[in-house]
Amino acid sequence: MVTTLARQDAWTIAAGVADPEIPVVSIEDLGILREVRVGPDGHVQVVITPTYSGCPAMEAIRADVLAAFERAGHTDVEVQLVLAPAWTTDWITETGRRRLEEFGIAPPVRGAAAGREGSAPVSLTLAVRCPQCGSPETRELSHFGSTACKSLWVCTACKEPFDHFKPL
Amino acid sequence: MSTAPAAASPVAGYAIALGDDALVAAQRLGEWIAAAPQIEEDVALGNIALDLLGQARSLLSYAGSLLEPPRSEDDLAYWRDAGELRNVQLVERPWTLDPAADPEDRDFGVAVVRLLLLATYQHELYRRLQDGADPTLAAVAAKAVKEVDYHRDHATLWVLRLGDGTEESHRRVQHALDAEWPYLEELFAPLPDDLSDLVGARVAVDPAELREPVTASLTAVLAEATLIVPHDPGHAVGAGRRGEHTPALHRLLEDLQVVARAHPGATW
Repeated sequence: MVTTLARQDAWTIAAGVADPEIPVVSIEDLGILREVRVGPDGHVQVVITPTYSGCPAMEAIRADVLAAFERAGHTDVEVQLVLAPAWTTDWITETGRRRLEEFGIAPPVRGAAAGREGSAPVSLTLAVRCPQCGSPETRELSHFGSTACKSLWVCTACKEPFDHFKPL
Repeated sequence: MSTAPAAASPVAGYAIALGDDALVAAQRLGEWIAAAPQIEEDVALGNIALDLLGQARSLLSYAGSLLEPPRSEDDLAYWRDAGELRNVQLVERPWTLDPAADPEDRDFGVAVVRLLLLATYQHELYRRLQDGADPTLAAVAAKAVKEVDYHRDHATLWVLRLGDGTEESHRRVQHALDAEWPYLEELFAPLPDDLSDLVGARVAVDPAELREPVTASLTAVLAEATLIVPHDPGHAVGAGRRGEHTPALHRLLEDLQVVARAHPGATW
């Protein structure tokens, strides 16, 4: 007999998938996992959204989600990619923020995404704390870092460079 | 092999126009990787190119799905010739202004000025398109507007720094601005006849509506950068939206398409 997954169990399987570029956080922590539906026939639909339009991790995430369900014994699974509503860093969970910081990536300041649109290019930036020493004495080196979602910063206290998950 | 996409779907035609702008701009920007003045700039221009490529993929996938028979994003990127592309000429020209120079030569002044023009235009365009009547185009625009906002910031910082910098940097950025400015007009030109109904249906943004906000935003940055705004050419330079392109686009497409055309149907 076919056992139908409970929606919560299906969510847990999908939520366990790590981000391929920042493996300390899950796709749930990052707000990439939007919805999990289980049909009466057991068909599972997992809805994900990209952080940036060109995020090259989406294909890997899709494959990892399918693999996670397969390991749990479920193969009737489909991963759907949606663009709307547009992803924002405000969807990163508290756990996600904590894990990013422990990993050495300064998390986005909460609510900073909402205030960004229309901001002047050389406007005041809310203080980004150095994930190494905790100092707020930091400055941005470049809007663009090692991946689309990060900018490059340096701490003027401990002199270490670090990544910042930039508000979007 | 290359059959023109049927004009049967004006929405597809519009998505192709915007998608081709993003695709060609992405390919050009990619030429800066490992060639920019600083390593941070290699990364920045590479990231901007990646954003634009992502936007192009969304737009061309959508356009392809509306064509009969349907075509994939790869069909549209790799199997159209220059005359079938609908990008504006602003994004296709090489990075050098010297016609006698090797087309591979790159002037960073041209890069920052062109990026400022493109990103300012795309920001005003996508800001409006995200409220448009076509849900897919609106969704692509709502994501893209946040990305091009960062591109515009980045270009602005460079234009301010180089425009109001040394005598040499000022001279080169002004020279680039004088060369790029005439191509701005094409961005405000009316859409081709087969697409013009989309404006009334609120599917497309009326290009004429963008002239004032784009020009005002650019003028403010250029004034702060101590640059002189060139005279309006008074007519659109370039007709890329009608498929008329410069020889530079042929060379760009050779690079973009060579692998796909040498190994048709290859997967990996």
